[in-house]
Amino acid sequence: MKSVQRILAVVRKEVRQLRRDRLTFGMIVGIPVIQLLMFGYAINMDVRNLDAAVADLSSTSASRQVVMDMAHTQIINVIRQVDSADELEHLMRQGRISVGIYIPPDFDRRLQQADRSAMQLLVDGSDTVVQGAAAQLAQVTQQSRTSPYNDRPPVMELRTYYNPERRSPVNTVPGLIGVILTMTMILFTAVAIVRERERGNLELLITTPVRTPELMLAKITPYVFIGLIQVSLVLLLGQFLFKVPMAGSLLDTYIITLVFIVANLALGLLISTLVHTQFQAMQLSFFVLLPSILLSGFMFPFAGMPRPAQIIAEALPLTHFIRLIRGVMLRGASLQELSGELLILCGFIVALMALAILRFSKRLD
Amino acid sequence: MTELAIRAQKLDKWFGKVHAVRSLDLEVPRSRIYGFLGPNGSGKTTAIRMLCGLLTPSGGDIDVLGYPIPEEAEALRLKVGYMTQKFSLFGDLTVDENLQFMADIYTLDRKLKAQRIGLVIERYGLGKLVKQRAGTLSGGQKQRLALAASTLHDPELLFLDEPTSAVDPENRRSFWEALFDLVAEGTTILVSTHYMDEAERCHALAILDEGTLVAEGSPEELQQGIDASIVLVESDQPRRVGKMLEQQPFVHSSAQVGNVLRVMVASDLESPEKAVAEAITNQGLHLDYSRVAKPALEDVFVAATRAKKGKA
Repeated sequence: MKSVQRILAVVRKEVRQLRRDRLTFGMIVGIPVIQLLMFGYAINMDVRNLDAAVADLSSTSASRQVVMDMAHTQIINVIRQVDSADELEHLMRQGRISVGIYIPPDFDRRLQQADRSAMQLLVDGSDTVVQGAAAQLAQVTQQSRTSPYNDRPPVMELRTYYNPERRSPVNTVPGLIGVILTMTMILFTAVAIVRERERGNLELLITTPVRTPELMLAKITPYVFIGLIQVSLVLLLGQFLFKVPMAGSLLDTYIITLVFIVANLALGLLISTLVHTQFQAMQLSFFVLLPSILLSGFMFPFAGMPRPAQIIAEALPLTHFIRLIRGVMLRGASLQELSGELLILCGFIVALMALAILRFSKRLD
Repeated sequence: MTELAIRAQKLDKWFGKVHAVRSLDLEVPRSRIYGFLGPNGSGKTTAIRMLCGLLTPSGGDIDVLGYPIPEEAEALRLKVGYMTQKFSLFGDLTVDENLQFMADIYTLDRKLKAQRIGLVIERYGLGKLVKQRAGTLSGGQKQRLALAASTLHDPELLFLDEPTSAVDPENRRSFWEALFDLVAEGTTILVSTHYMDEAERCHALAILDEGTLVAEGSPEELQQGIDASIVLVESDQPRRVGKMLEQQPFVHSSAQVGNVLRVMVASDLESPEKAVAEAITNQGLHLDYSRVAKPALEDVFVAATRAKKGKA
């Protein structure tokens, strides 16, 4: 009970201070709006090593040849052989593959029929760069049909899933939620404790009976709501300006966002216990922010990055959030299908929060 | 219940290679104002921070209100108040919001909270300021607010770290009256200062210099026990006379106050005023008068810090 009274006291104080801090208040709304407008346009990049699965139902030398040709381009990296188109779709919704190659049982016969496409390429359209790469793949297979004219239907029919019109805001906006939250949540909390240290408030606070976990919890609570406000703002604007679809459930979107917000706040708290000035806190925040934007899969597909970059990316909460939010918003995946990534984010929260509480000492030395 | 509020033995604190507090022994009785007197950097703040558990001592034992410190610092927090040197309440909250916050942090129940806040607002004259942001208060108002906040939970022991450094003399005077009110109610107060007039108001004093306790006692005891004599000298060339006197082996120090020189000399002289007068006239300098004066606390402070340097 006493603990609750102390936590509420700190929360109330934080909210009051926040309301009077016009700059921070402006950032809560300003950052999402500006970012959303800025990133309305996407950047296309060459890609390699997209994870792919093959459902080769004809299993003839011709079909194997086509798959090998495509693999030789190094655009795809075949990781699974499956038995049906359904399995391909399932893998794609889980986010395990970006490209699915479906070769029907009558592939050889279709190859001879100039008016039909012989096979299908299933592409995860929730990433525009992947779509571009797939178009290249379609070119490869065109050569296997010998024809003097170029006016024949293509060997392969390209089917883009989840974003058939290939509009980049559709891919950008969900990821942008993550980038905005990383930017604001880490920064706000990173300066929260350091600012009190600089102003001398901390010397007062640590002489009071308030306990470290209470202080930490109370410090992040107001920002959880601020984060949710930002998410709503981006979702609304995304819908209104760019017609970003919502394939999955809105509740799921908020659940994964909430988990991600708390992970970022915990990271911000940890930063604030590591530094001595607000300036250092900002530097360290940007040290996290930059790799988050570049390596998380927000700007460049994860699959195209070299191994060391991928390892770093796995250690960033944003990487996991991007997979989650694209899964839910664009592919309509359920939380069960994405539970692995969600668990990883929860792991981040526990570890970061524990470290922050351990690092924060109610002593001055 | 012990009669002592604070007992510290052989308290030491190192910051890297800096020995900030050196083997400090301390006994502070209850319901008294106990002063730490010393220049900046003498270890006053460090000692106070160790006593309330904010700094871990490098060595020694501390007992505050029966709690071993720093081990039971958390339990102690409910019974002590601490007023920091720098104003440390929230400048962007109003006076009332700051007091509400502190009352909640000390988990006062609703009834007691309203009662205590009403009491300190009245006692420290904050009535007209309750809606004002703390950051816009004057030095004296801030200090009254800080005292109000640190006494909201009715602490048994109050630590005040240079509480009046940003306050004019009139406010300082009323501040000390408020402290004596608290003592009358049974509160023990440990206050650090570098002002002599403040130190004189304490029941007992510890004079600190470079982390060492150089003298201890009530202001009167300290003044009587001084190991030096004070001679007042007036001359038409006080600067020259003062410089000349400081060269004399029996003279400890000389300080000018207006046209008068306050000269500290060795205590074993039979007639200190004559010895000083002779030294001046021997040099062919003019002398109006020289006479022995009662030592002031400042003299005690100078003598004590000088004696320590002599030994070193």
